[in-house]
Amino acid sequence: MTQATEQVAKADLRDQAGREAAIQVRDVGLGQALRLGLLGGITTVFISAIGMIEAFAGRIIMQPFLTLSFTALLLIPLVFGYLAGKKPPEVEGLTRARTGPRNVLAGLLAGVLTGVLTGLFVLVANAIDLRDIFIAISPRLLNILTFDQSPSSALVLLVLVGGVLGALGSLVAIAPGRWRRPLLGAFLWTLTVGLLEGVFQQVLRGLRLEAVNSFLFSPLGGLEPAGALTIFVLVFALYVVLERRRGSVSARLEAMSDRERRRTMIIGVVALLIVLAILPQIVGVFLSEVLVNVGIYLLMGLGLNIVVGFAGLLDLGYVAFFAVGAYVTAVLTSPSSPFWAPQLTFWVALPFVVLVAALAGIMVGTPVLRMRGDYLAIVTLGFGEIARLLFVSEWLVPYVGGAQGILSIPKVTIGAFEARTPPQLFYLVMAFVLLTIYVSWALKNSRIGRAWMAMREDEPVAEVIGIDIVQAKLSAFVVGAVLASFGGAIFATKIGSIFPNSFEILVSITVLVLIIVGGMGSIPGVIVGALVLVGLPELLREFSEFRLLFYGALLIYMMLKKPEGFIPAKERMRELHQEEMLQDSWLRETEPYDRETPVDARGRDPDAGLI
Amino acid sequence: MALLEISQLTKTFGGLMAINHLDLHVDEGEIVSVIGPNGAGKTTFFNIITGMFQPDEGEIWFNGHNLVGLRPNKILELGVARTFQNVRLFPNMTVRQNVMVAQHARTHSGLLAAILRTPGFRREEEMVRQKAEETLAFFGNRLVGYRFDQPAFVLSYANRRRLEIARAMATEATLILLDEPTAGMNPRETIEMTQLIGRLRDEKGYTIIVIEHDMQVVRGVSDQVVVLDYGQKIAEGKYSEVAQNERVLEAYLGRQGAQEHAAA
Repeated sequence: MTQATEQVAKADLRDQAGREAAIQVRDVGLGQALRLGLLGGITTVFISAIGMIEAFAGRIIMQPFLTLSFTALLLIPLVFGYLAGKKPPEVEGLTRARTGPRNVLAGLLAGVLTGVLTGLFVLVANAIDLRDIFIAISPRLLNILTFDQSPSSALVLLVLVGGVLGALGSLVAIAPGRWRRPLLGAFLWTLTVGLLEGVFQQVLRGLRLEAVNSFLFSPLGGLEPAGALTIFVLVFALYVVLERRRGSVSARLEAMSDRERRRTMIIGVVALLIVLAILPQIVGVFLSEVLVNVGIYLLMGLGLNIVVGFAGLLDLGYVAFFAVGAYVTAVLTSPSSPFWAPQLTFWVALPFVVLVAALAGIMVGTPVLRMRGDYLAIVTLGFGEIARLLFVSEWLVPYVGGAQGILSIPKVTIGAFEARTPPQLFYLVMAFVLLTIYVSWALKNSRIGRAWMAMREDEPVAEVIGIDIVQAKLSAFVVGAVLASFGGAIFATKIGSIFPNSFEILVSITVLVLIIVGGMGSIPGVIVGALVLVGLPELLREFSEFRLLFYGALLIYMMLKKPEGFIPAKERMRELHQEEMLQDSWLRETEPYDRETPVDARGRDPDAGLI
Repeated sequence: MALLEISQLTKTFGGLMAINHLDLHVDEGEIVSVIGPNGAGKTTFFNIITGMFQPDEGEIWFNGHNLVGLRPNKILELGVARTFQNVRLFPNMTVRQNVMVAQHARTHSGLLAAILRTPGFRREEEMVRQKAEETLAFFGNRLVGYRFDQPAFVLSYANRRRLEIARAMATEATLILLDEPTAGMNPRETIEMTQLIGRLRDEKGYTIIVIEHDMQVVRGVSDQVVVLDYGQKIAEGKYSEVAQNERVLEAYLGRQGAQEHAAA
């Protein structure tokens, strides 16, 4: 940036500060509040009509009466009140948001409207029998929605409760940040503990903290009121303390010297290993089982992340490699393999698994070398189905058992250690996951990783600067296939028997969704994605019927609000937020946006949109 | 000595003769400008040399190798690099990564070496990194320091062009094809780019073919000027000769314009 333009820019900002009066002051919109209220009402009616509310009635979140149904019903006006009361976004130098009673009014409105719509729904459902169409609208549902009152008094009650909660939500929304964040944090944590009570109880038991356990949780299920309050207060206090010394972990890491950073990293890795080593003992059998499943999906996720996230090759038939891994393991190790049963041990079979998976990667990769984007996706989708159909086909029945599958696959043994129970399997999976994470990281920061990145960005140019596209694509497919085959191999020994229907297309989709939601191209993102999309549904059994609904809703939300995923990779973040980053770096002086050509009249770079 | 020898090069798109029996001879260490009106086939010419398009007829001999039929990455390995008219960087990769990745064809470590982090791999990484930083330093302080780690898309237009040239240099090519290196630049930047093209040859020894519209630049840098119109070479020679050529004036100004020019 030349000095002259810098000065102009600075003067501009000063000027704007001087003309404070010219800045438009914006209030929160009441129309927006009505829209949100409407949305809240629709949400309530929707989750009632699909049977979610009734399904949740058996689950107590907090003693004596707060069931999951009530929690959901009360949460909706609270959330929409919060959204309605939130101050509108400010545009630096142009608009400023004002907060005040109007915000509370907006929250109140949204809450009341939610209540009104829910009440109307109750009245209609009471008057007309809708059960022929909506089988979930049962008398029991109506009892829940009316709090066991008559429909007309329920309407009044719903409106009152909705209004109060909406206003409460808006009050939180306009509270200053140092109070709002602890409040929200405490509330969300209490809710989480209530929702995942099984997990927390198990962990407390594992840590031999029976006393805490019986203080927090009721033997009849759910939190004790005193326990809930304690959690709330503790988390609140913790947040208030942390609020004093904010600053993200990454910022603090960046501030360290290379030496310090290295040491911190090593300490972190050692701590992580220790936690992983004792984790199965603490979390018990059921949670270990969940973690093993997460681990298997994580292996696939990390593999697909290399293919899609690093190299940009959208592969929808990824489950094929998982199947290849499982079947090769089964054939080579199981005594009941129908055609040929060499009965190798897992570790002797593993190199062959890798070899066959790599060959499968080349087989899928070669025909699609000249394809990109949508076409590639469709063809790989076909490959995925072909793989599954081959394993059920008459033709291969003598070799892989067709629909009967292959049974009695032996467990993995290392000396005297046998991976039979979930905690033992956990160690096995974790070893592979750690290896895979390392491989992903090592490849990302290497010659081939850069080549993949370049290919993802612009394939023809990558070729012109000397990247062998054939080699780069095939190596991505091969590495992805091998990592997925690890998942398949462990899956086979874990279940002990495999059938073609374990390798449905839905597995490919789940793996793809978990890396999109987690953050494509980002290793921590994939881990979070696997925990959220594979781990959480297992823990929230109440939601199992609605799992796909939540997947869909989560995916839509993420695509609209956070398309880069929970923990995005730097490159993808840049790709999706280029414009904002350009504006930010222009406003921030610490990281100057490169400017040699003068800005145009509106302060925009005339070239900014050129790429 | 001829570094690049092109004979009877022809490329048609449907009925359109994009390149029509073109001959060209480029000596080592020369700077050749290719000029011509819009649609004359200049960029197509570059696309054919670098293997992005295949010619219908003709031969391209570079350093004793026929380039026709080779894939773009093979052609680069033989030593031909290029830039693009509309600047095609890898916008989300950092400035340093953009230059590091260009050394792909000159380095060899594979998957296993990367996973095992062998000493050879580390040495190569360090070398690639150093070379990238040195190449960027060729452009003064515009692309160094904190710029190393900035994504390419935050660069100004002129710097994007410079980075693209740096990327071409890092491929260790001997022939660099520059497609309108001064398009969209202001007069000061244009002068600087003209000097830079000269330095590329004088200091680094590259042979350069440049497509250019700005006649100041063409006059400033070229040893030889080739004029294309409708895919045909209508003139070649020193700038002063070409600038007086009647057919060139006609192609640029139209017949009437050329006559008026001659009259004046």
